[in-house]
Amino acid sequence: MLNVQALTKKFGGFTAVSSISFDLAEGEILGLIGPNGSGKSTTFNLIAGLYAPTAGSIRFQGREIGGLSATQVCHAGIGRTFQIPRPFRKLSVIENVTLAAYYGQAGRVSEAEARRQAADALDLIGLPHARGEGIDGLGAAALKKLEMARALATQPRLLLADESLGGLDEAEMEQAADMLRMIRRERNITIIWVEHIMGVLMRVVDRVIVLDHGEIISAGLPAEVAADPKVIEVYLGSDAAEVQEHARGRDDGARR
Amino acid sequence: MDRRWLPALAALAVLPWVVPSSYVVHLLVQVLLWSFIYTGWSLMGRFGLVSFGHGAFMGIGAYAVVLLWNFHGLSPWLSIPIGVALAVAVAVLIGYPCFRFGIAGHYFALVTLALTEVVRSVIVALRDTTGGSLGITPNSVLKDGVTWSVQALQFADKRVFFYIALAAWAFGIWVWHRIDKSMMRYAMEAIGSDEQAAASVGVNVTRTKLAITMISAALTALGGALFGQYQQYVNPETVAGIGVSLQIVFAVIAGGMFVRFGPTVGAVFTLLLTEGLRVGIGNKVNALDSTIYGLMLVLFIIYMPTGILGKLAEKLRRARA
Ligand SMILES: Nc1ncnc2c1ncn2[C@@H]1O[C@H](COP(=O)(O)OP(=O)(O)OP(=O)(O)O)[C@@H](O)[C@H]1O
Ligand SMILES: [Mg+2]
Repeated sequence: MLNVQALTKKFGGFTAVSSISFDLAEGEILGLIGPNGSGKSTTFNLIAGLYAPTAGSIRFQGREIGGLSATQVCHAGIGRTFQIPRPFRKLSVIENVTLAAYYGQAGRVSEAEARRQAADALDLIGLPHARGEGIDGLGAAALKKLEMARALATQPRLLLADESLGGLDEAEMEQAADMLRMIRRERNITIIWVEHIMGVLMRVVDRVIVLDHGEIISAGLPAEVAADPKVIEVYLGSDAAEVQEHARGRDDGARR
Repeated sequence: MDRRWLPALAALAVLPWVVPSSYVVHLLVQVLLWSFIYTGWSLMGRFGLVSFGHGAFMGIGAYAVVLLWNFHGLSPWLSIPIGVALAVAVAVLIGYPCFRFGIAGHYFALVTLALTEVVRSVIVALRDTTGGSLGITPNSVLKDGVTWSVQALQFADKRVFFYIALAAWAFGIWVWHRIDKSMMRYAMEAIGSDEQAAASVGVNVTRTKLAITMISAALTALGGALFGQYQQYVNPETVAGIGVSLQIVFAVIAGGMFVRFGPTVGAVFTLLLTEGLRVGIGNKVNALDSTIYGLMLVLFIIYMPTGILGKLAEKLRRARA
């Protein structure tokens, strides 16, 4: 479904993403992890068309999408959330998502249908919208949900979820993890998930890629990656044992 | 617009027959035509696209009609669409590169300001055709007992033009309303708050901005054409200069650019202001009126950025809550 080859992004003389390559199969949930500043969000921005790659290629469903605009990438079927939520402040919750449903499908659906799909996405995510709620009253968790609902409303085949759990409590995190699994199951959406909360991530993803200084330092099954000395050294540290536990204790719900 | 507005429109329609003098009719026509132009501007302004180029669009509309009539005998019914198309073409020429390369805010304002000056200079430079800074009058058909001509869009009775202006104004309000209820408003609001996020949910930022700019330019050019036709005289300072652009921006900010009737309130307000200043101080002190104008603009931007009607709407909403 997605094929990334030697993808590189330089900001001036600084290399944020350094010749990374990976493949993603339809229906997979891939975890993309690594320390702060290792290039995870930059990788998303490259795939999603916010940045043009300095070098390398990104093929999505057989088509080169590297260098396309964000609008074009969205229309090609890739939805993304932002690490720090970026809601449209002057629109209500339902309007935020309706807009995404309408324009995300390049006007292929009617306004009424877009409204219906937006309500669906919000119901799926569990964010109230019936009374035309505005953005201003929303807390951190609700804003993350709005990000997710907006991305889903564009009806993507591939979802790039950037740190959806930051700022959530334990129960909300479990909910969100269930949600990603459900999104894959019900809508057959392939997912790349960037997350710092390893406990939850390791139990959900099928495969993990670890970035450090813009390079892939490890890739494989969760249990393999969690036991990789390089990963423990640069990222997991003293949490390694606990993360390994999570990786082994993957619920069966994770695999189909 | 729905049926509820019909009584209000009907009430407006009898106005020319009940007001005391043709001078008042003249003021009403002015208010309606400027309201229409201001409404056209606010289609962009309300979404943060602050243009100082609308003097150019107005001038293009006004001059196209007069020149095509005088030199080619083309009826305004044909030249108005041509003038509007020309203004839209210029809007695309300026807007596309701006939006494509992300020129926004102050830079966009400056680019459009330059456009206004370019159009004014061209009008002045082509003085053999345009009459230069002295302006030009459309050849009149109102002589030898002829008091009106539909084909020439010339009427001795101001009341006829009142209805044309009323129709234009109602059309402007209707366009505003339609856009307000459309997905385009969602898209423009989204672009206004975060262009990258808007693009990421599939909004074509350049195309959407360009579309709203084209609509806005078209209305303004139509307003300019009607204004020139009503005045039976066009002059680079009164229909095309930076002064006109500034007047448009000021009036809309004063009235309120985020509410449907804000630009209309702005037109009433600025007209009362200029007429008041004219009667009050006359021509005694040179340029005093434009000084007061500028001062008021500053005060409005600082203390009442949502304008008279916007402020009123806020107050009402708070009183109700
Ligand atoms: N637009 C930009 N211009 C310059 N440098 C940038 C830009 N975007 C990101 N960077 C740099 O690239 C590096 C990678 O940033 P990125 O946001 O991809 O990290 P990340 O892995 O998402 O980190 P975090 O876990 O903190 O979110 C950082 O050093 C960052 O400062
Ligand atoms: Mg990041």
